[in-house]
Order: sequence, then structure tokens, then C-alpha cells
Amino acid sequence: MSVELEPQGIEWDHLDTVARAAETPHQQQPYEELGLREDEYERIREVLGRRPTESELAMYSIMWSEHCSYKSSKVHLSKFQDLAPSSDRLLAGIGENAGVVKITDELAVTFKVESHNHPSFIEPYQGAATGVGGIVRDILAMGARPVAVMDPLRVGAADHPDTARVLTGVVAGIGGYGNALGLPNIGGEVVFDPCYQGNPLVNALCLGVLPVDRLQNKAATGPGNLVVLMGALTGRDGIGGVSVLASAGFDQEAATQRPSVQVGDPFMEKLLIEACLELYEAGLVVGVQDLGGAGLTCALSETAAAAGTGMEIALERVPLREPSMAPHEILASESQERMLLIVAPEHLEAVLAVAEKWGVPATAIGTVTDTGILRVTWHGHAVAELPPSSLADDGPVYARPIREPADLPLLQADRAETLPRPTTGEQLRETVLRLAASPNLCDRTWITEQFDRYVRGNTVAAMPENAGVIRLDERTRVGVALSVDGNSRYTRLDPYTGAQLALAEAYRNVAVSGAVPVAVTNCLNFGSPEDPHVMWQFAEAVRGLAEGCAQLGIPVTGGNVSFYNATGPVAINPTPIVGVLGVLEDVATRIPMGFSHPGDVIILVGETREELSGSEWAWVTHGHLGGSPPAVDLAAEQRLATLIRAARDLDLLRSAHDLSEGGLAQALVEACLRHGYGATVALPEDAPGGPFGFLFSESAGRALVSVPLGREKAFAAQCEEHQVPWTPLGVVAGADAPLTVTGQFEIDLAELRTAWSSTLPKLFDQLTARPE
Amino acid sequence: MARVVVDVMLKPEILDPQGQAVANALPRLGVTGVTSVRIGRRIELEFTEPPEPETVRQLADRLLANPVIEDYTVSFVSDEEPAGEPA
Amino acid sequence: MRIGVVTFPGSLDDVDAARAVRLAGGEAVSLWHADDQLYGVDAIILPGGFSYGDYLRCGAIARFAPVMESVMAAAAAGAPVLGICNGFQVLCEAHLLPGALTRNQHLHFRARDQRLQVETNRTAWTMGYTPGQEIVIPLKSGEGRYVADTATLDELERSGRVVARYVDDNPNGSMRDIAAICNEAGNVVGMMPHPEHAVDPLTGPSTDGLTVFTSVLKHLAGVAA
Repeated sequence: MSVELEPQGIEWDHLDTVARAAETPHQQQPYEELGLREDEYERIREVLGRRPTESELAMYSIMWSEHCSYKSSKVHLSKFQDLAPSSDRLLAGIGENAGVVKITDELAVTFKVESHNHPSFIEPYQGAATGVGGIVRDILAMGARPVAVMDPLRVGAADHPDTARVLTGVVAGIGGYGNALGLPNIGGEVVFDPCYQGNPLVNALCLGVLPVDRLQNKAATGPGNLVVLMGALTGRDGIGGVSVLASAGFDQEAATQRPSVQVGDPFMEKLLIEACLELYEAGLVVGVQDLGGAGLTCALSETAAAAGTGMEIALERVPLREPSMAPHEILASESQERMLLIVAPEHLEAVLAVAEKWGVPATAIGTVTDTGILRVTWHGHAVAELPPSSLADDGPVYARPIREPADLPLLQADRAETLPRPTTGEQLRETVLRLAASPNLCDRTWITEQFDRYVRGNTVAAMPENAGVIRLDERTRVGVALSVDGNSRYTRLDPYTGAQLALAEAYRNVAVSGAVPVAVTNCLNFGSPEDPHVMWQFAEAVRGLAEGCAQLGIPVTGGNVSFYNATGPVAINPTPIVGVLGVLEDVATRIPMGFSHPGDVIILVGETREELSGSEWAWVTHGHLGGSPPAVDLAAEQRLATLIRAARDLDLLRSAHDLSEGGLAQALVEACLRHGYGATVALPEDAPGGPFGFLFSESAGRALVSVPLGREKAFAAQCEEHQVPWTPLGVVAGADAPLTVTGQFEIDLAELRTAWSSTLPKLFDQLTARPE
Repeated sequence: MARVVVDVMLKPEILDPQGQAVANALPRLGVTGVTSVRIGRRIELEFTEPPEPETVRQLADRLLANPVIEDYTVSFVSDEEPAGEPA
Repeated sequence: MRIGVVTFPGSLDDVDAARAVRLAGGEAVSLWHADDQLYGVDAIILPGGFSYGDYLRCGAIARFAPVMESVMAAAAAGAPVLGICNGFQVLCEAHLLPGALTRNQHLHFRARDQRLQVETNRTAWTMGYTPGQEIVIPLKSGEGRYVADTATLDELERSGRVVARYVDDNPNGSMRDIAAICNEAGNVVGMMPHPEHAVDPLTGPSTDGLTVFTSVLKHLAGVAA
């Protein structure tokens, strides 16, 4: 089903063709307005042997932008491959649309996290919605059925008026798009910090499932094969989004135009998903690529470059929403819900029939050739003729200057361990309540209630459990566990350690759920790469993550970099978000986080040191960020993970909850409130930092477990065997009994629950003022 | 070409929480003296030939509006008049 | 026993409804919206989701699908028909049930493990429950507020056609706390919560929803006898 439109408003005299470009080498071109440097422009001329046409200039400007070319990050990201631990589970890795991990002989999963930060500040609902749409299509392009989403979010200060605008819009957008696609939301985070006030971080993760033999790839192989565009009509969405491309032409006014906001249509995406899956099942496509940032230009060049082939594209065949679009606009459009298919000619009819069945537009727009050249014509006139690899693979690569921030030694010297701290039981009690009610630690139900967690019927665990758990096979009950984590305060203090701590936390969350961690994805959110301090943070974080993954033996399978995140002139805290995927042989054996049986013995496993720098306590109580983050010990994390699994296999565990922000105090609060059972615990006499230190330290490598009464000795024996320190704390109390820290304080669960669950509704539950 | 505009509003007795939310927001923008806000839907149809009024009425009744909870009005707009200026 | 599950463009919980039918011991038959054949199914489920993107109004476009002609005829002939969430919306738009579903009063999509009270077991879909029985079923909707004029509401109450009510707190502002209703004959039931998500302790808050599906099989077995 294709739509032929009369070209309107195109003046043939002014169409900038390849022929004209060859004839007018000295025509001035607005490459700077499009974000290209002079040396980059000269390189383009060198590659082409002439000046670029208007269309080609647009294509290079967007493909060579930071977002598409990764020009500032490539030299550092290579560490992920250089240091990659070997894995026989990896069916597709870095460079593909998403990493693919084998789970059984028949089944594989694919997962990835991506960012959609800047659009979410401009238009929170649509920015977040299209962010979900984009990552879902990446997963779909691997041949997988998308089956779950997660969303790590960062927004400004909780009490700042603009934060409500951003957060309510983002949450509604994620729910609006994800729920309508039928994707359960199984986890994520929300962090409030002033550094994100002018630049929220909306990272979206998607998990997909596929039979091992249905894995798709993006290579446009087979000269003679057809290039088919399937999905929504193409309009002016996002023009200007990825580079600075203006839609009205390259004049003064255009430079001030804002990019058209991309608007998502989850209904079209749902149809697209079903149509694509049907095509994959029937083996009707040779290659597939989703259209994301840089739209058609990116899809055409990446697929051709991947195969080393060329293409002949008749651009007027692209179905348009707005008939007056010029060739360079069609090439740059970021209209949503579109996929590119490579189809053998004998299969075209069948492909179009499937598209029609689902009501999805689909049009053959060109053919694969053996010329190695991407040639785009507009009603017969060549408007682009270039080597696709020059767009997709051979973009600029920068080794940006790197310099450790001058303030870092001072910052690190300003340790939180010396800050005034609570000493009496009453003060400790007040601190526990205050932290539990603080925006970063309080109950997230107000947010998570806006997401469907049940659709597709395979969600075994979702928020607030440590990891989202999805069952992949109803018969065998094999499944996966996923967690995404990050702590930008730790990373600000020490990017290398901070990145490793993010990895450790996600690893730990997966491990305490009872799963075996096997793969990693990441979204690296940083400030401007033109700032040497930011580049230093980036280089250190990547190094930390790459070395950490090597040590843990789990490879990075793919991820995303987002630069230029800043509030005014101030870069955000460096925010590497790490997602870890684990395998559960039997999802019925996953370990829940909450106390559930009075009388169970409560034990803290792992070592506690007095580590308060970068902690939630220091931030909430003193507005303080300084010192060094908690030490990271990946070998200890591995021992903890092995211990948990062994204890679970021996039936020694009723629950396990990892410790992170807020330390032991917060873990106790969450474990009690989960099912409404109190606890009576006593802190060790020799606790590092005394009772306060023991409760609020954020030492890594720890978990809070509950063990059925009578089995604690066997559990202790396991701790010895796996060389994990353990500290018995007390017992789970009855339903609605208080949380008691012997000799210090007692908190009624009702009071605790009120403090913990009132914060977000109080801040954000005004009836939204914008009609749907 | 003939344009038909169907305006759909919730029946007066139906609670309109969206309208209420907008009403609540007005004072924040310095606007007082608004006693009620109700939000509806405007549907514009372009016919190649002017349609029978009864056809449009039935279309409105069966699809464009839900008569259980909504009222509607139909306007026939001539070619020359724009049906509404873009903001 | 063959239970048809309709798939409209945008239907999402059709897969889950089919699973629930299987777990209850029935055979689930997939029915395509554009196909007016029912293939001899004994009962029909209109599942949850966002048919046609919820565009215009939820269920407003789906009600005109070719399959709906046959569903309406089957309903008139006494076949059990269950509309879940979006399916309930389609049944109201098609006038197989009175009233309408509108935007949640607090304007948010709300997902909750919701406590309900089953009011009547005199429908094909609830005969396995005891009147007054309290159950926990996931609710997940943005347009779940049931409205109808006072005369209709009174009639529903009077004739025992309120099938289930929300208890503890009303999650969406539905009038009279109505979560599910039925037609006069008791063969057509519409419910906002999702029983198909409460059939497996591994993936749901309870197995209270399974009874909806075992009920209709029991009803059909009784009819066949």
C-alpha cells in the first residue's frame, strides 16, 4: 500500500542535485549552522570529490552529530570490547541495535537502555513517550517481541515548581505509551537532584524475547533486494532534533526555529510490532533496522554500510503526512513508528499483505545495489550520491582533551564522616523517619501505580522488589531478572568508583533475587564533551565500568551515550546508569525482599564500614556532597551473590534485600513495610561509627536477609563457606508490630508508613491541569 | 468540498474532572471569576460533496458522540470560512 | 468447551484471557476482528487493551468491527459474553450493557490489586462465587469510571445486575462503586478489573480470577446437559 503524492512547492530550478553540486563548487553552504566544523566540511568535500548537495549536507550534519556518530565517546567505549570477558551466551553485542543473550537452546533475550533526555525537558509527556517507543523499536529490530520496560529517571529538586511539570509529564508519557503497547513496567528509579533541574534524564530500557533462530540483523545484503519502509507516514517531526537542521531552509529565521516535537502513536507501534513479528516468523525479511534519531538517513546508511552494498532510493515513494516536504526534510525526519525492511523481490507481495492486514502503511522505496554507493533520487534527479560507510562508520573521531576537575581533591577532602551526627536514640529515630520520608527514599507507589505491570501475564516480580523478574517459558519456568541502577553523587566524587558502584548495585539486585547475572547494558549521561573535566569523568567512568565488567565476567552488550546534559552552564553530575540482566532457571525460586514470617531470624551479610560520604544521610541532613564514595569490592559482591544462591538452593532464605542508599536503616524500613511486619533488632556493640554509623553507612556488598527460625546455624555455615561476613541482628516481629532497635528507639509501623508514603502524593498529586 | 464541524460535550450532569482540573489551575495563572470549565471535543470532517444533514446526524449519534453521556451540535461550514484560526 | 477471544487492533490482554481459559480447562479460540465468523464457539470474551488506540472514545471504533455483529447476535441468543476492561467499554458502546465508562476521576491511569465484592452468582461468569465473596483482582485502567443516570443505576441495583463492587476504596470514582454489571438475562457481563491476571500465584496477587473462567465452563456444561 503506497501513496503517490504530487510534489508541491518544490521549485525544480532550485533543487540541489548532484549534477548542480558538481557544477557549482564554490556555492556557499551553511555547514556551521548545521553543526559541522570547517574541517568536517572539508572532509565531506574530500569524500565526495565535490561540494555536497543540500540533502547530502543535511545527511552528514546529522550522522556526524555527537548523538549519531559517538565522535567524542568512541575512543573510550572501545574499552568495553577490548576488556570484554568472553561469553558463550552472547549472540549479538556492541554495534548491533541491542545485545542478544542466549538463555536456553531455544530462547534468547535482548535488552538495552537508551536516553531521551533533552526532548523530555521541552515536552515531558511526548519526550518520555517517544523515548519508550524508540527503545522498543531497537528491540523489535533484533527479531524480538518486546516484553517489558523499565525507566531510570532523574529530575530536579522535589520542591521546585518546574519539577512537577517534568515528572508528572514524564511518568504519564511512559505509562501512556508503554501501557498502550502492552508492555509491563517492571522496575526503574526516580532520583531528585538540583543538578537535573534544567535537564531531566529519561532513560528507557526494554527487554525482548526471541527464538534463537529468529535473530534478525541490519545488513542490507543481496543486490536486487528491495528496500521497504513500513510504519507511520513521514512528517516534519523532530527536524532539527539531532543536529541543528531547520526545516524551512538555511536562512536567518531557520536558525531560531525550534525542532518540531516528536509525537508518539503507541497504537501504530503496537500494529508495527505485530506486523514485524509476523514477518519474522514467516522468514520474509532479509534485514531490518528501526528508524530512530536521524530517521531515514541513519537507517539507509547503516544497513548499506553493514552489508558493504549500495542502494538506489526513489525518495518520492516515501509516504508523506505533509505533501510539501523537500528531499532533505524527508531524509532528516524523525517521525516515529517506522522500520526499514530489506526484502527479496519474490517476497514483496507477502510483506505488503501482512502490513495491510495490520493496517500499517508499507512501501518499497528502493533497491539494494552492488555499487557500494547510496544514491537517493527525487523524481529521477540524484540529490545524494555517497558511500554509506562515510555516514555510518567513518564519521569524525575525536580524542577530546581530558583534565581532572581542579576542585576534586578539595571535594574529596571534605568528608561527610566528620559532619555533626545524631547521637541519642530519639535523634536516631527522627533521622530514620526523616530519611524514609525524603524524596529519594520514599514510597514510589504514586509513580508505579501509573504503569501496568501485569499485561502478558509473565511478570513474576516488579517494583518495589529488587529486580524485575519475567518468566520466559510457562512450561519450564525459566526466566530473567533485571535491575537498573546508578548513583550520580558517588560518581561526582569519584567517577571510576561511582561507575563500579552502579555496576555493583545492579549486579547485587539481580543476585539477591536469586538470579545469575550474565550481561550488562548502560546509559552514560554526562555534560558537554567539550569540557575537559566532563571528558575526564566520562573516561574514568567508562574505564571503571569496563574493568568492573571484566572482573565480574559479564560483558557489556550494548548501551547509549548522552552528552550535553547541563542545567545552564553547569554540567549534571556524571550519571552512568547500569543495567544488569540475570538468568533464573526457575522463576518460582526467586527471592522476595520483604519480611513475611514472624520469628524469622534477621541477618545482615557483608561488611559494614563507616562510609557516609556521598550518602543520602549527608545529603538530606546537611545538603552535603563531599569525601570519597564507599569502597567497591567486586570480589566480595561475587561471594555475596554465590552465597545467596547457595542459601536459596538449601532452602535457608525467606527474603533478601540489598542495601544501597539510606543504608541499613532504609533496608529495614522497606523490608518491614513491604508486607507490614515489624522487626526487633539490636546493633552490634562494636559497630563501626557506633549505632548511627551502622544504621546509615552506605557500604557496598551487603544484603539484609530473613532466615526461617531453626535454620540460622546452617545459614551461618554457608556464610563461612562462602567467606561472607555476617551479623545477626534480630527477629521479624508480628503483623503491625513496630520496628524496634533495642536500646535506641521504636517506631510504630503506621507512623513509619505515613511518613514514607505521603511524600510523593503531597508533592505531585494535584489534578493535572492539561486536558488529554 | 464541504466542511462539517461536530462539537461534542459531556452532558451537563456528567462529572468532568478534566474541566475541574483546569478550573483549579486558573487562579495560579492569575485568572479569577471563572465559575465553571467544561472540556469537549471538536471533530472536523471534509466531505467532497455537501452531505445530507441526516447522514451527519446519524454519524454523530452512532460514532462521533456517545449519546449516553455526551451531547453534540453540528455546524455546516462553507468553503470560504475557515472553521477556526490556528493559534 | 470453546471460548472465543476477540483480537481487535490494539487488544493487549487477549493472550492472557486465552491462557486463563486454558487453565480453567477450556479451549481458547482466537477470533479476528475483521472476520464475522464465530467458528462455533460457545462463549465470547472481549479482552482488555487499547483497541484502536482508545481513539475517539474507548471502544467506540471496535464496536463496529465485523465480528461484533456476530457477537451481538450470539449475545441476543443467550451465549455468554464477557467484556474485560476495554471489552466492557466496547459492550457499553455497543449498547449490550447500559451506562458508559469515563476517565478516572483523579485523571491518572491506576494499576492496583483491587479488593472487590462479588454481589451475584446468577450470571454465567460468576456462578462459581458466593454472593458477598471478597476477592482481589488487578485493576489497571485510565478510563474505568462507570457512569449512568440515576434511573439506570436504580434499575441495576433493583434487578440484582450489579455483579461486583469496589471495596476498601473506590479506585476511579465509579458510581455506586460499580466494578462489574450484567444484562437482564445475565449472560453478558462487563467488568473493569482483570480476572485473567489473577489465575496463577506466580504472576498475580491471587487465583481469585480463575473462578470467572471455570464458572462459564460450568454454565456451558449445565446448558449442554
